[in-house]
Amino acid sequence: MKSLKVLSPCGILGYGFPDSSFAAGLNDRPDAIVVDAGSTDAGPHKLGAKTAIVSRMAAKKDLKRIILGGWELKIPVIIGSAGGSGGKSHVEWTLDIIEEILRENPTVRPKTAIIWADIPNEEILTKLSQGKVKALDATVLPLDAQILQETTGVVAQMGVEPILKVLSQGADLIVCGRAYDPAPLAAVGVNAGFDPALSYHLGKVLECGALCCNPGTTKDCMMGVLYEDCFEVYPCDSKRKCTTLSVAAHTFYEKDHPYLLHGPGIEMDLSHCTFTQIGENRVRVQGSCMEATDPYWIKLEGARKVAYRTFVVAGVRDPLLISKIEEVEDLVRQSVVEQYQDIDESLYTINFLNYGKNGVMGALEPNDQAGHELCVVFEVLANTQDLASSLCSSVRSTFMHYGYEGRKSTAGNLAFPFAPSDVNFGAVYEFSVYHLMEIEDPSALFPSQWWEKGGR
Amino acid sequence: MDRLVDLAQMLRSKNSGPFLITLDVFFSEEETYRRVFESGVITASNICRLYHLKESELCGIYFFDAALGIKITYHRSVSSGSCGDSDVYGAQQHAPLMELLIP
Repeated sequence: MKSLKVLSPCGILGYGFPDSSFAAGLNDRPDAIVVDAGSTDAGPHKLGAKTAIVSRMAAKKDLKRIILGGWELKIPVIIGSAGGSGGKSHVEWTLDIIEEILRENPTVRPKTAIIWADIPNEEILTKLSQGKVKALDATVLPLDAQILQETTGVVAQMGVEPILKVLSQGADLIVCGRAYDPAPLAAVGVNAGFDPALSYHLGKVLECGALCCNPGTTKDCMMGVLYEDCFEVYPCDSKRKCTTLSVAAHTFYEKDHPYLLHGPGIEMDLSHCTFTQIGENRVRVQGSCMEATDPYWIKLEGARKVAYRTFVVAGVRDPLLISKIEEVEDLVRQSVVEQYQDIDESLYTINFLNYGKNGVMGALEPNDQAGHELCVVFEVLANTQDLASSLCSSVRSTFMHYGYEGRKSTAGNLAFPFAPSDVNFGAVYEFSVYHLMEIEDPSALFPSQWWEKGGR
Repeated sequence: MDRLVDLAQMLRSKNSGPFLITLDVFFSEEETYRRVFESGVITASNICRLYHLKESELCGIYFFDAALGIKITYHRSVSSGSCGDSDVYGAQQHAPLMELLIP
């Protein structure tokens, strides 16, 4: 029976994986190695500030093993959403690491393709004027020229099409900018003539590495095997098992709907899927359906700087203060506002998080019974770092010595774990672009090129 | 009565993109899944009360028989990682659901 094996070494490039699992995976003779490097999980900062999710050292460690492993077996290696956010600077950061690896291993010369995923503002503005851009979610602001101007750069999630183009031209190594997480793996299946629905569904299950196992982790290797009418997944580490529950649960993972999944130009319907246990650690999946959508929508992502932050971490153990913590915090806030009447209040915000009461869930917390001690994190968000820092210093000193009604402990209200107590955080970003854009050609906005530093 | 956490095999929360949070509950036995489904406890009004949500903030409650799973998705009041957010990954918003009592 015709089959195709794809090795997924880990959930995010740089999260690491055991050498023994990777060796076991290579030993099973995969036809490709595909690793997702991206996520929006860590918030908008990485995209906005053009930084990576993982350290350079961690990324290099994984990349080296994956590139050498692929070269040894003469199989393609694909990296999705390079550098985490998949923008130009993130891709270049990844290429710089690859260049170093190739320099250290001069016999390794993979023919390398780069696929960019940066979308020029002019392109988006044109589509906006044609009514071809829509917010992905009711709470996302409508896009306009000013928001685009403030956004540090927009990327879009590519589908399989641009990847197929370079894969069919014999790429050994493909470095993708932002990609729909399952797309790089799906491209390998589609390129070999397998069902696109099964290929995309396999991509969805394996994009987080061994998180679809029990015990689950993003830091271990998984194998996916495509057949004509199903796919199977199994862990490369004998300590883990795929169960029907663990695999079905991963199909649900991070999605708003359990069986309707949207990607670039596609909608997957997994309502008729069956999950069958094969042996003790392998699961077979059948019945994945998918349709091409008309029009073809791609998801745009962008972030802009919205404030600067300074914060303080402090402990409170005094039961009298704990019993009225929010009341006292309000009084502290008011006092600081009064101390700085010369500063427009709209330029800053003072927030308190009371861990041990409702720090995690805030207003959504149904049980805000306080514990016997609280961790209070307070922050000032302002339009400059200098203002955030100055005001936070005042919040700290006011809070420390605030003489609230009924106080018996007059020497100080806060236990600081660190000196100095105030931490300048830097810029805070928000997702300013999270929209769908209608396109005609699925590859045109994702230009590919052969890397001059790769092999021929 | 049993707490949902004692009936479920898996119970978790996570971002679904930066603007939504999704709660997942899975059961290992079909019988338990049916019991929770038929209890009528997992309703929009109960979830909104538990999570202090307006009905308009709830995107949907889905029962998925094939996976013996329930998914509940709602809008974040603040998008992931921006000013005022307290759970960037949305990974610790499931605890109240654990305490729901199922007859």
